[in-house]
Amino acid sequence: MLIATALEKRFGAVRALAGLDLTINAGEFFALLGGSGSGKSTLLRVLAGFEAPDAGALTLDGQDLLPVPPWARPINMMFQSYALFPHMNVAENIAYGLKRAGVAGEERRSRIGAVLDLVGLQGLEARKPQQLSGGQKQRVALARSLVMRPRWLLLDEPMAALDAGLRERTGLELRALQRKTGAAFIMVTHDQQEALALADRIAVLEAGRVAQIGPPQEVYARPATRFVARFLGAANVLEGRMQDDAFESAEAGGVIASGLPTDTIAIALRAEQIRLTGADEAPCITGILEDAAFRGDDWLLIIRLQGGASLRVVHNAPPPAPGSIVGVAWGAASVVPLFA
Amino acid sequence: MGGGIGSAAFCLMRRGILLAPLWAWLLLLVAAPVLILVVMAFATPADGVPPFTLGLRFAAFAMLVEDFYYAEALLAALRLAVTTAGVCLLIAYPIALGMAGVQPRWRLPLLALLMLPFWTGFLLRLGAWIGLLRDEGLINHLLRSLGITDAPLPLLYTEGAMLAGMVHAYLPFAVLPIFTALIRLDPALLEAAADLGARPARVFFSVTLPLTLPAAAAGFLLVFIPAAGEFVIPELLGPPEAQVIGRVLWQEFFQNRDWPLAAALALALLALLILPIRWFQRLGAGA
Repeated sequence: MLIATALEKRFGAVRALAGLDLTINAGEFFALLGGSGSGKSTLLRVLAGFEAPDAGALTLDGQDLLPVPPWARPINMMFQSYALFPHMNVAENIAYGLKRAGVAGEERRSRIGAVLDLVGLQGLEARKPQQLSGGQKQRVALARSLVMRPRWLLLDEPMAALDAGLRERTGLELRALQRKTGAAFIMVTHDQQEALALADRIAVLEAGRVAQIGPPQEVYARPATRFVARFLGAANVLEGRMQDDAFESAEAGGVIASGLPTDTIAIALRAEQIRLTGADEAPCITGILEDAAFRGDDWLLIIRLQGGASLRVVHNAPPPAPGSIVGVAWGAASVVPLFA
Repeated sequence: MGGGIGSAAFCLMRRGILLAPLWAWLLLLVAAPVLILVVMAFATPADGVPPFTLGLRFAAFAMLVEDFYYAEALLAALRLAVTTAGVCLLIAYPIALGMAGVQPRWRLPLLALLMLPFWTGFLLRLGAWIGLLRDEGLINHLLRSLGITDAPLPLLYTEGAMLAGMVHAYLPFAVLPIFTALIRLDPALLEAAADLGARPARVFFSVTLPLTLPAAAAGFLLVFIPAAGEFVIPELLGPPEAQVIGRVLWQEFFQNRDWPLAAALALALLALLILPIRWFQRLGAGA
């Protein structure tokens, strides 16, 4: 288990890590999700040993990691820029770590061969990094880390430099590799789709702290804070407060939920869980349909509510004309109360 | 559009204008002097101004081959230049690593400090060395007053004094290209090497050094070439037997007034220096 406790790191006036606590389990695919400046890259560099935190603790299976220099940590990293050695060919790049570990002769050759098979790079051993495509470079970088058989592998935005078309397939391959090797993959990403699709657990970082941590479905369905709800994209966040048993939202223009805890300060509503009401159904609230965009499987509607807030709604049938007054409704179970 | 030919001509003209200073410089300061040297080397020495009469005489070149004195002077110069450049590289790498390792805002002040000796006169700096090294100089005075020695150590007019003066004079030329290459090196490469288990010394020899080798070669040449022709430092700091080619050239020109021989000697030195330049070009193309 990799345990970070109250990690602090300052760069000048910027507090990159602000008392961050985190536990990562052996063998899991873990995603660190956050925007720029959330501290996700700093955290990764602290785990690898390239940055020393100003305060806090970091242990691996009970052993203090902070005094251990990067070259002695049982953690490997795949760099966002891949950082392939330009003066070595593919085989030499992959052999680099094995040489440092004293793996020689037949074993070195067979391990390099096996990892090239694993990432599908057979036949490219003699190429220099400059002669490879972006996707091939990414595989070499991955192979160079995996050949060390790490129990812990850090991946810094592993797919950021790839074409959109390549990204989805590479992501699935990455997860298959993680399952096959049984190593813990700790992936930094700013792409919530990537994190949701690949990770066993996600930590959403905000301003140097963990805003929420959990399995993708849980973080997606039950965001803990307004920040997480907004960052994960599809959720509508409506601010308000509990008045007796009813949640009253000025920006929505009325009471929109009931029976929530008294300290609820906002609610999250997923776009696909809101429906337009028919003539025979009382709406939760009404608004003006401002815009409708056809997305292939469905339409994305933007509805301006009475109180001024706009609501994103996913609709499965041809929508009414823009400018119409529409009613919207949702099940009580889809309302997620937010407390921060 | 009818502007195709016009714009091509314009491009050619613009390139001509841009390259004109370069060509003028090459013609006036490289080609013309070499041509004069060639003409002079085939001339016959004479009393008068200039001290030669034109002709086609090979005696000067024959002399270079026959009298080992000149070959030895060439060899001594090459030895001094190689040693100077080698020592400069050995000192330059740690300095450049230190300068590249500090925060960027400290780099410019450090660079200025490196160039600081150039703000004092060249001869003044050599005078300072003489002041330090001579028998009644600072170092001998200090050694004697501390009771470490009772007779002055012969420091000045030695190979060591000459080498110290040479390295001192040429060191910045070795530091600058290496420093530039080091700050351009992607720090992620060094981190990746450390991540794969390489300790700092291993990172240096397996990643930093190979990737900055072309710069080191450039630094070596920038020191080697002027050092091969150097005559002032051997004259002022070196032993009398250090008859390097620069000193011999000076003597032939200004003391013996045998200009054809001196010109032939200068051409031989030039020819010898072309070899390392070619070697460097190959290294640069390979990197």
